[in-house]
Amino acid sequence: MIELTVNGTAHRVDVDPATPLLYVLRDELQLNGAKFGCGLGQCGACTVMAEGEAIYSCLTPVAALQGRKITTVEGLGTAGNPGPLQRAFIAEQAAQCGYCIAGMVMRAQALLQRNSSPSDAEIRAEMEPNLCRCGTHMRILRAIRRASSEMRTASTQNATEARP
Amino acid sequence: MIMGAEPRLGVSDPGPARRPWQPCCARTATLRACDGAPGSVHRLDPFSLISSHGARQAGEASLRALRVLLVVLLLFALAIGAFFLWARHSEIATIDPSRRPPADEAVVAKGAELAAIGDCDVCHTVPGGPPYAGGRPIPTPFGTIYSANITPDATTGISRWSQAAFRRAMKEGVSRNGDDLYPAFPYDHYTKLGDDDVAALYAFLMSRSAVQSRPPANALIFPLNLRWTVAVWDLLYLDRTPFRPDPKQSEAWNRGAYLVQGLGHCGDCHTPRDRLGGERTAAAFAGGTAEGWSAPALTAASPAPLPWSEAQLFRYLHQGWDTAHGAAAGPMAPVTRDLARASASDVAAIATYVATLEGPGAARPAAAAATANARPLPTETVSASPADLGATLFEGACANCHSGISPMVPPHGIDLRRSTAIGAPDPTDAIFIVLDGIRPVEGERGPWMPRFDGAFTDAQLAALLNYLRAQHSGTPPWSDLDSRIRALRQSKERS
Repeated sequence: MIELTVNGTAHRVDVDPATPLLYVLRDELQLNGAKFGCGLGQCGACTVMAEGEAIYSCLTPVAALQGRKITTVEGLGTAGNPGPLQRAFIAEQAAQCGYCIAGMVMRAQALLQRNSSPSDAEIRAEMEPNLCRCGTHMRILRAIRRASSEMRTASTQNATEARP
Repeated sequence: MIMGAEPRLGVSDPGPARRPWQPCCARTATLRACDGAPGSVHRLDPFSLISSHGARQAGEASLRALRVLLVVLLLFALAIGAFFLWARHSEIATIDPSRRPPADEAVVAKGAELAAIGDCDVCHTVPGGPPYAGGRPIPTPFGTIYSANITPDATTGISRWSQAAFRRAMKEGVSRNGDDLYPAFPYDHYTKLGDDDVAALYAFLMSRSAVQSRPPANALIFPLNLRWTVAVWDLLYLDRTPFRPDPKQSEAWNRGAYLVQGLGHCGDCHTPRDRLGGERTAAAFAGGTAEGWSAPALTAASPAPLPWSEAQLFRYLHQGWDTAHGAAAGPMAPVTRDLARASASDVAAIATYVATLEGPGAARPAAAAATANARPLPTETVSASPADLGATLFEGACANCHSGISPMVPPHGIDLRRSTAIGAPDPTDAIFIVLDGIRPVEGERGPWMPRFDGAFTDAQLAALLNYLRAQHSGTPPWSDLDSRIRALRQSKERS
């Protein structure tokens, strides 16, 4: 039995410990946000976060993830109540076919958690491993910039409100 | 000088009576107290040295000592003066760039190929910045040096340098204005260059786009921030002997030797250095370091599980990848990227020469060679024992590419039994590769491996690498794996 904590919920799954996380997310936990693209870590469609770091779920065996907090795109918000990055992707209409978007969102989320106001060069360098065959990269970059600025504004407002 | 005055040192007991001209003890006025018990130690007070004896002879002896001291000091001062005279370089006058004669296109093209062999752009370009405009920080054990702008810009570049000034910089490490250049710029190799090649490099650089950009000031420790100290380094390490071809070897071998020892400056990374940063030429190509990576030995001590053939070396150097040895990674990747632009015959000559550095019948650990050659590739996934975390991680993370069972397009990842990084005495390169993967330079083609730094904890990475080492090489486990993983995770040198 493998114990996994995904989006704050603990799960016990009966799988071979060498199974890559992606198969457990989709086949066992019915979390279908992360996608199978290449299975070789070359496209980024399967990207999720482990302890805040972007990882390829198609290449990370669950044996490596016991006791570590996993976040998938489902953990950032729901269709009815999307998270800030998801809202920015919708506002910029950054998806065409949408297959790569969950991975894009998760890699961008990891970046913004580490660096809330990345430069354009930093965004490009971070997003480099994730590919979009439709070619919506420019909109994806805009969405990340928008989310970065909205998240900063929100945190400033929170800070102002919190002040006595 | 006070003659006959009371002795001013020694113990209070005056000792046996003594005539003024008699030396007080065998070693007179130097180390022992004349008036004291034999063996008692003289306090080294220069005045007392003169006055303690009250003896003319002793005084004269002191005078003689003084004279000797003065002569020694004078010689020392002369030597220092001579050193500075020798170390001082004259300024070479600037030229008017508009009057530079136009270069022959063939010479510029030759210069471009040579610049690729010299990897000039690697150090003289900030990653992503304009080529040859300098400003890239070069970390050294003595501080950070910023590369110079070598574009033909009149104010911040080298447009006003004459060819003679350029040649002196390349072959002697002296800037146009007479300042010493730091040996991070490998003039200790370029000193072997023929003047024709220097002229071609000059013509090529002068044909580049001028970029106005002044690199930041160097940040070196004292006294190395004083450029003249480099003259001392030159005295110790700069061998100005021109390249001498070996008549017993082929033309290709000699061309390769000339390029490897000179322009290619391969020893810059592949030869170990001493504490002052000089290459230990007695151990040439025995393996060194580069930007935190370990640069493997090119000699018989090479950790490559299979010997390097000339053809393999050519493919590796020219395309950055060879099936028997894998992909160029770390600081070697930009070298092979540059060599792809060099003339194929020059790269072949380099391969000819480097292939002979291993020597005939290079002694490899028999087990490693046997492992690398004999064991067949697995054709299907082997179920890992649950007890072996490393095997489990390999099966889930690496086997897709590295077991030859990838369902996707070739080329597959290297067969790890042939990996130099896994068989190397130092785990550094293997750790770097798993943590950071292998990536081509932005916008260019090249070998690719995904990074795993987010996927594995330190302990998991250690388990994986221990497994790879045990399973894929015939060499004993790394003893310092855990500490190296911790250090490299924190290292700023990672890409």
